[in-house]
Order: sequence, then C-alpha cells, then structure tokens
Amino acid sequence: MLNIALPKGRLGEKVYDLFERAGYACPAIREPGRRLIFENETLGLRYFWVKPSDVAIYVQRGAADLGVAGKDILLEYEPEVYELLDLGLGRCRMAVAGRRGFYDSGERTLKVATKFQNIASRYYAAQSRDIDLIPLNGSIELAPILGLSDVIVDIVETGTTLKENDLEVLAEVVTISARLIANKAAYPFKTAEITELTEKLKGLVQT
Amino acid sequence: MDERLLKREERAVFALRGLYQRRGYLPFKMSKFEEYELYARNKDFLSSERIISFTDLNGRLMALKPDVTLSIIKRAEDRSGVKQRFCYDESVYRPDGSGSFREITQTGLECIGDLNAYDVLEVVSLARESLEQVSGGAVLALNHLGLLTALLEETGAPETLRRELTACIAGKNSHDLRRLAAENGLDAERLCACAAVYGEPGDALNQLETLCSGKAGAALKELRELFGLLTQGGGSTRVIFDFSLVSDTQYYNGVVFRGYLPGAAESVLAGGEYDGLMRRMGHRTRGIGFALYLDRLEERERERQWDVDVLLLCDRESDAAAILTQVKELNAKGLSVSVQNAIPEKLRCREILDRRGEAAGC
Repeated sequence: MLNIALPKGRLGEKVYDLFERAGYACPAIREPGRRLIFENETLGLRYFWVKPSDVAIYVQRGAADLGVAGKDILLEYEPEVYELLDLGLGRCRMAVAGRRGFYDSGERTLKVATKFQNIASRYYAAQSRDIDLIPLNGSIELAPILGLSDVIVDIVETGTTLKENDLEVLAEVVTISARLIANKAAYPFKTAEITELTEKLKGLVQT
Repeated sequence: MDERLLKREERAVFALRGLYQRRGYLPFKMSKFEEYELYARNKDFLSSERIISFTDLNGRLMALKPDVTLSIIKRAEDRSGVKQRFCYDESVYRPDGSGSFREITQTGLECIGDLNAYDVLEVVSLARESLEQVSGGAVLALNHLGLLTALLEETGAPETLRRELTACIAGKNSHDLRRLAAENGLDAERLCACAAVYGEPGDALNQLETLCSGKAGAALKELRELFGLLTQGGGSTRVIFDFSLVSDTQYYNGVVFRGYLPGAAESVLAGGEYDGLMRRMGHRTRGIGFALYLDRLEERERERQWDVDVLLLCDRESDAAAILTQVKELNAKGLSVSVQNAIPEKLRCREILDRRGEAAGC
C-alpha cells in the first residue's frame, strides 16, 4: 500500500488530476464530503488531504510514503526527505519586494519582514548583508507600507497584490513549484512502486 | 531471566553488547559531559550545532555530550601498528524538530588505528548483524564517498557549488542537480548519471563501471570487493547500493552505510569511514564505526490488553500467609498478580479471585 499525502486546496486538486492521468485514480476522492482519507485497494493506494505546509512533516515522519509539497516549504523547513520530481505545478517566485523605487544603499541594517525566515536568512547571509528579520504570519505586504520593514521576502504569483499596494519585485530569490517527495526509510522497501509512479508522472510532466 | 520483562530497546542493547564483545570490542564508558571546545572545533561533524552547555565549578565551559565518536577518538591511542576496538551504549543529547532537546539512546562501535580491508569488512558485517539482532527484513545501503569526491572534482565546481550539488544528490533531486550544472556551465553528465544509480549491487556496480574511471574507478573496485565479501556472509538483511547516501567529505571518506527497518520512519543505523575526522583531531591513523539509534526502534510489541493477569481481592480478615502462598503459586505459573482490597478503577485484569470474607483459619 502506497500512502500519499496531497496538499488541500486548488493545488492539491491539480496534483490529484495529474496522478489520476498517470493511472493512480481513486474515484472516491471526487465525491463531496468531509472525508480526509481515500483508498483504492485494487491499486494499493491511500490518499489523504493535509494542510500544504504539513505535507513534508507527514512524509518525513513516515505517516505518508509520498507527498506533494511546494519548494518553498522544502527550502524553509529542510525536511529529511527525497525530492523525486518537479511536477511543474503551482509555479511562482519567492522574491524580495519593497515600495516602488526603494533603494538599498547597504549603509544600514536592512529590515526584512517574512513568513520564510530560513530562506530570507540564507539569501542575505550569502550576500553578507546584515538584516533585522521580522517574522510575520500573514499580510506581509503591509510591513513596508507601514514602515515596519524596508522589504519583504514572500511568494509572488501574478504580482497584482504588489502592484495594487504600490510595491514592486526588487530581486528574485528562487523559483517555486510543487515537488514529489518521498520518505527516506520507506524508499528501500517500496522502491519498485515509487519508481514506477515517479516515471509515469515524469512522462506526463515532460509532455 | 525472563526476557519478556525487558523492553525491546533493552533486549537490543543486551544482544548487541554480547555481539560486539564476542568480536573483541571493549566496552567504553564515558562521562555525560565533555569540554565544549571539542564540539565547537568539529561542529560540522555533529547533526546539529545546538548543544546544551554550562560552566562548571572551575569556570570551564562544558557540554552535555551530543556525540560519542569524538570522545572515543580523543581518548584513543595514535600509534602505527595499534588497533583499538570500542563499543558503547550511551545517551546523547540533541535538539528535536520542536526546538527542545531529547535524550537519545545510542549503541555502536568504533574501530580505530592501522586499519585494513578486514577491519572495514568486519565493521560493515557487524552493522548488518546488528540490524538482524533487532529485526528481520532490514536493508543496509552502502556507498563509497571516493566516487562522489572524484566525480565532483571532474566537474571543476567550486566548493560552495559542490555543497549544493551534494545536497541535490542526497535528496535524489536530479531535476535541480541538472539545473545547477547547466546554470553554472558544468560538464556534470557522469555525475548526474551516477546520481540515479540505486539498488541491487550487481546491477548498480555494472552501471557505475561504464561511468567511473581514474580515482572513481579505484573507489568502485573497493566497493565491488566489499559487496562480494558481504554477499558470501549470508544473512537476512538485504544489502543495496545507494549513490545518494552521502556524508560530509571533510570528515568521511571511503565506505558509508545506513540501515533501515521495515515500518520505521527513519534510518536506524548510520556509519562509515572517518579518516578526515581523525586528521582534523590530530590523529595519523584511520577510523570506522557506526551507531544504532535505539530510540528509533518502533515499539512494535502488541499493546497489553491488561495490566495484570490476576486481581486477588482480600480484606483485613484474610490469612496473610495463605494469600502470599497463592500469589507465589500464580507467579510460578507465569501469571502476574495484584493484591487489592477492592477493584481499582484504573487496573485492567484478566481474572479476578475474590477471597474477601474468608477469615484466617477457615
């Protein structure tokens, strides 16, 4: 039995469509209701919906053999998992943004507001830039508008929110997309099943 | 001794201690504390830089030990011709995912000194036998870091980029490995091809044969010999090759290995040759060892349905000597007994013997 953790929400639905096209269907998952676990005994599959940021934890801790997590989560929390495939879904950018025309002279400590503390710390450490990290959990765009921070490090999809708030992308940190991940200790025991699934998904992703 | 009374972890320690001592590994007992400096000098060797430290009464900065290998190397002799074998079961203190520290029970062994091919084979065989002591159906994955080092050198990548490439290999992340190589104009075709090699030694080594030459070829030859000898040894543990099994090459060189048990969420055993660490600690000789993480052995024993087999009820009038005799008789049948005046709310029992109201001498 392969246990697969899918991220709840729009991305998860796209991911399930991809799995279904690859031959890993579980029709019960399409039925309305509040069930969280869906099984296809014939195919030896069990899917479950979890909060997107929790997928990596389910996989690392062995509750799921496989899962689909955003690259942002993998970079931020660095879970001990295999990253087997870039599914190319949910593609967006992790970027530094600030008020339009903001100029970082490098003379003083840069105030950086973000949900992604590790990604932001590593990005600025690589540039030897001294920063004051301000951890926030939501509405990150407010921080530079109200003067709480000079810049933000956040996910940018279309850039509309930034534009409407007179903010702009100052630098790109990394490209983000959904990745297929696997538990390292399950892999040696389920190699054939995991490899077959990965290859079938790869075939669809590359076309 | 009734071994059923031992927890799975305790049974494992007991069996492993016997196994290691039969092969000439001497028990090594160490203090819970070490000078903090030992870890500060070798922090990249540790799984985390976070260590519990304190100042002792003499003003020295001390640490609750996060690792055993460093302490053993520190105390080992460094003379050519000398070979020392140590085994241990110790607690180490490491941070967990939630930000607090955990006490982790670790058992393992180190072989230090003028090592030869036999010593490497012995330690890897003992790793395999250790897994078999703990569970059937285990997997022992092996790699040789000489392959990785040689293939990284071939790419001509600078040190920082090598770390990024190595992280991709460790994660079986071939998409980012190829992207990094392309973005940096590296000729990493052979490295990328090797990164995907995994599985049964015969097939895996044949695939590598076509991709490795020079220094990588020498590492492959060593690995082929080791796999050949291990196969002759038999055993229920499946031995595989895994190129993604990488460790910090500043410390580890030759053979590295990791053990997995069915149903366990993480690897339960990790080890390898650490000549680099020996050099960094001022030793001229070599070292190899492994640790088995007993806290990761899942408690797979069936949950008990009851706390005691027999609940024996008595009262003030009961004959104390007769009660004790009956308890001993039940114990002799292998049954556990709890003597109570009334049925406790939180005690599950299989059978109740009610002797209340039986006065002494009746």
